[in-house]
Amino acid sequence: MTDSAALAVEALAVTIPTLVLDKFLQTLMDGITVGSLYALIALGYTMVYGILKFINFAHSDVFVLGAWVSFSAAAVAGFIDQDLAAEGVQTAPVAGWVIKTLLGVTVAAGLVGIYEHLVRPRLPKPVCDYCPPVRSAPTLALVAVWGFVAVGLAYAARWVLAISPPAEPSRASFGTLTSGGLILLLAMVTCGLVGFCVERLAYKPLRNAPRLNVLITAIGVSLFLQNLGQTKWMFGTRPDRMATLVPDKTLFTIAGGEGQMGVPIRLVDVLVIGTAIVLMVGLDRLVFHTRIGRAMRAVSFSERNAALMGIDVNKVISFTFVLGAALAAAAGFLMGQKYPGLNQTAAAGWVLLGLKAFVAAVIGGIGNIRGAMLGGLLIGLLEFFGTAYISPELRDVYVFSILILVLLFKPSGLLGKAVTEKV
Amino acid sequence: MADTRHNLALRGRELTPGGVHGALMGAVRALAPLAAAIGIALLLHFVIRPWVSGYNEFWGSRVPLDVGINVILAVSLTMVNGFTGQFSLGHAAFMAVGAYSAAGAVYYTSYRLWGDAAMYGGVLSGLSPEGGPLMTGADLLFLGSVLLGGLIAAFCGYLVGLPSLRLRGDYLAIVTLGFGEIVRVLITSQTTDTLYDAEEIAQTPLWELPRYLGGPVGFTGLPFYTSLFWVWLFAVLTLVVAYRLKESTYGRAFLSIREDEIAAEAMGIKTTRYKVRAFVLAAFFAGVAGALYAHTIGVQLSANELGFMKSFDIIIMVVLGGMGSISGAAIAAAILSVLPEFLRSPPGIFSPVMMGLVIASLALVLLFTKRRVRSAVIVLASAAAYEGVRRWAESQGINLADYRMILYALALILMMILRPQGLFGVREIWNAWHVPPLRPRKDEGGKSGTAGKAPTP
Repeated sequence: MTDSAALAVEALAVTIPTLVLDKFLQTLMDGITVGSLYALIALGYTMVYGILKFINFAHSDVFVLGAWVSFSAAAVAGFIDQDLAAEGVQTAPVAGWVIKTLLGVTVAAGLVGIYEHLVRPRLPKPVCDYCPPVRSAPTLALVAVWGFVAVGLAYAARWVLAISPPAEPSRASFGTLTSGGLILLLAMVTCGLVGFCVERLAYKPLRNAPRLNVLITAIGVSLFLQNLGQTKWMFGTRPDRMATLVPDKTLFTIAGGEGQMGVPIRLVDVLVIGTAIVLMVGLDRLVFHTRIGRAMRAVSFSERNAALMGIDVNKVISFTFVLGAALAAAAGFLMGQKYPGLNQTAAAGWVLLGLKAFVAAVIGGIGNIRGAMLGGLLIGLLEFFGTAYISPELRDVYVFSILILVLLFKPSGLLGKAVTEKV
Repeated sequence: MADTRHNLALRGRELTPGGVHGALMGAVRALAPLAAAIGIALLLHFVIRPWVSGYNEFWGSRVPLDVGINVILAVSLTMVNGFTGQFSLGHAAFMAVGAYSAAGAVYYTSYRLWGDAAMYGGVLSGLSPEGGPLMTGADLLFLGSVLLGGLIAAFCGYLVGLPSLRLRGDYLAIVTLGFGEIVRVLITSQTTDTLYDAEEIAQTPLWELPRYLGGPVGFTGLPFYTSLFWVWLFAVLTLVVAYRLKESTYGRAFLSIREDEIAAEAMGIKTTRYKVRAFVLAAFFAGVAGALYAHTIGVQLSANELGFMKSFDIIIMVVLGGMGSISGAAIAAAILSVLPEFLRSPPGIFSPVMMGLVIASLALVLLFTKRRVRSAVIVLASAAAYEGVRRWAESQGINLADYRMILYALALILMMILRPQGLFGVREIWNAWHVPPLRPRKDEGGKSGTAGKAPTP
C-alpha cells in the first residue's frame, strides 16, 4: 500500500463519522423547523376539534391562503424575488391586491349581512335555543374595520420598507425586518377574518347538526377556498416564487471541524423556529392564564354548562376559529420563507401538508394543545429522518403509517385522555 | 340476527311454490338481474350509441362511459357511506388497485398471447368496432381482468377494513384517507416503467411483472377495451346488488348500524363484521370501476389522478344524491359527470333541451310538492338566473366549466345547511309512486286494504 492510498483511507475514516454526524444534525435541524410549522397548523385543528368535535378540513386551506396573502403583501410592500427580477419577470400586480382586499372585505361583510338579515330568520328552527340573538350590525362593523386594518398593515409595510430600504438586496435592514413582521401580522389578520367568516357562514348554522354533516361541510369549504384562490381574480393557477424577506445568511456553523463541512444554521431557520416558539408560548399563556382562555376550556369541556355559567359560547367559538386561522396563516408565511416555491392553491401538495398537520394533532391527542405541539415536532422529525435514512420516496407513507398505528393502539393520542362512550 | 334470517327463510318459503317449478322460479329470480343487465347493456351498445354518436361525436364517445363508471363508484360508496353510515374517504384507492391490477393483467397477457397490446376485442369492446366476432379471446381476457381487478381490490378492502373499521366517525375518515394515500404512494414509488418488448416480457417471470406497472409516469399503452356494453353491464349489476342489499333483511343489518350502532350491537349484530362486509363489497365494485376506467379511451392511467381528490369527487356525488339513496347517488353521479361538458357550452334557456327540462321540472313540482306556487316560482327564478349567468359568462368570454369546482363546493355547503339529507335523503326514486302489491302478504293482509283481501287458506 502506497502512502497516498493510506492517507486517503485515513482521511475517509475521519470524514465518514463527521459526515454521518453532519447528516444527522442537518436532518434534525430541518425536522425541527418543519415540525414547528406542523405544530402551528396542528394547533388550529386541535382547538376546533376540542370545542366543536369535528375535523376542520378547511384549516389547511387557510394556511395556504396565509402563504399566498403574504406573497401578495410582500409584492405590495415592494419586496421582489431576486432571481425573477434578474430575469425581468413581473411578480403579482401591486396596487391591485389592496383593492382586492377591500373588495373581498366588503363582499364578506355583505354576505354576512345578507345571511343575518335574510337567511337566518328563515331557517327552519333556531340555531341554538339558549344563545342570545345575534345582531348583525356590530358583526358587519367588526368585519369592515378588520378589513381596513389589513389594508392599513399593507400600506404600513410598504412605508417602512420605503423609508429604510436595505443597502443591498441580500442584506437586512430595519425596514426589511419590520416590514416582514408587518406582513406576518397582515397575513394573520386577513386569515383570521377568513376563519371568522367561514365559521359564521358555514359552520354556525350546523351547530346542532350531526357531526358527519359538519365534516362534509368542512370538505365543501375546503374545496371552495382552494378553487376560489385559483380564480384569476385571486391568485391564479400559476405556481409562483415568494420573495424572501430574510436575507439568505448563515449565522454560524456547528460541528464543523477542520476541513469538514459542518451544519450551517441559517437565519431563516432561526427566525422560523423562533417565531413559532413565540407564538406557541403565547397561545399556551392565552389558553391557560387568561379569562378568554378559561372560557375556551370551559366551552370545550361542556358547551351547555359553559353557556349556563354566562359564557358567550358564540363569541368563544368565533375567537377560537380566528386564533387557529391566524396561527395557520403565520405557518403559511413562515413556510413561504423556508420554501419559497408556492404552488397554486388547489395543488394536492398543500392538502397533503395540511393532512400531515392533522395527523400531528391526532398523534398528540386531539383537543390537547400541548399534545399538538409535541405531535407536530414528532411528525416533522419522523418525516425528515425517514426521508434521510430509509427512502425519500416513501415520505408520506411514514406519517400515515404512524397515524394508523397510533389510532389502533392508543386512539386518544400521546397526551390525550381516553374517553368512554356513554349511551 | 338469527331471528331475522329465520324470518327471511320463512317468508321466502311462503312466497315461492315448492317442487321443480319452485326451483325453476328461484333460478329465474336469481338470474333475472344478470339477464336484464346484459339486455340493457346490449341495447345501449347497439341502439343508443349509434344514435347518440350521430347527434354529437363527443357525447357519443366519452361521456356515457364516464357516467357509467361514476355511477358504479357512487353506488358502491353508498354501500359504505350510505348504508352502514361509515365515512370512508379512501374510495379512489380501491379504484386505483383495481385499475392497476386489471391493466397489468390485460397488458402483459396480451403481450404473452399475441406479442403486443393492441386492440383484439370483438364487436362488444371499444368504441367503433367494425363488425368482428361476438366474443373474442381479448373480450374474455378483459372481462376476466375486470373481475380480477375487483377481487384484488376487495381483498385490499378486507385488509384495510379489518383494523380500521373498529374506529368511528372522523377517525375512520382520516384513517381511510391515510390508507388511500399510502396506496397511491406505494404504486407510484414501488413500480417502474412498463416493459414494451415482447421478448423481454416473455422472459420475465410472472411474479416479477407487478414491478413494471408504470410508476410515476403512469401506465401507458393500454388498449381501449372499455365500451358502453361493459360499463353499463357492470353499472346495472352494481345497481341491482345495491338494491337487493337495501331491500333485504341482510341489508337491514347494515342500515341498523347507520341508525344506531350501539342499539344494533345490542340486537346481536356483529357490527365490525358487517362493516367489513360492506367495505369489501364496495371495494370490489370500486375495483371494477377502476378497471373499466383504466381502459377508457383518452385516459392516461396514473395513480396521482386517483388520490384523495378523486375520493372527494365520489363523496360529493353520494352526499348530493342523499346518503343512503341508491337512485340519488346514481342520478347525482350522472349529473356531475355531464355537468363539465354541459358548462363548456351551456345551451340557451329557449333551446329545446332546456325548455324541456324547465317544463318537466315545473310539472314534477306542481304534481308532487306541497307548496306549489312557491316551488314553481323557485324553478322559474332559477331558470332566469341560469340564463342571466350564461349571458354574462358569454359576454365576458368566461368558460364556466373552469368554475365548476366552486359551484360544487357551494352546492355542498348549501345542501348541508338547507337540505342536509341530500337530494333524495334515504328514499328512492322508485318509491315516489306507491304501487299496491299485487298479492298481499299473509302476515300483513289485514293492513293493505287497497289491493283487496286475499282469501286465507
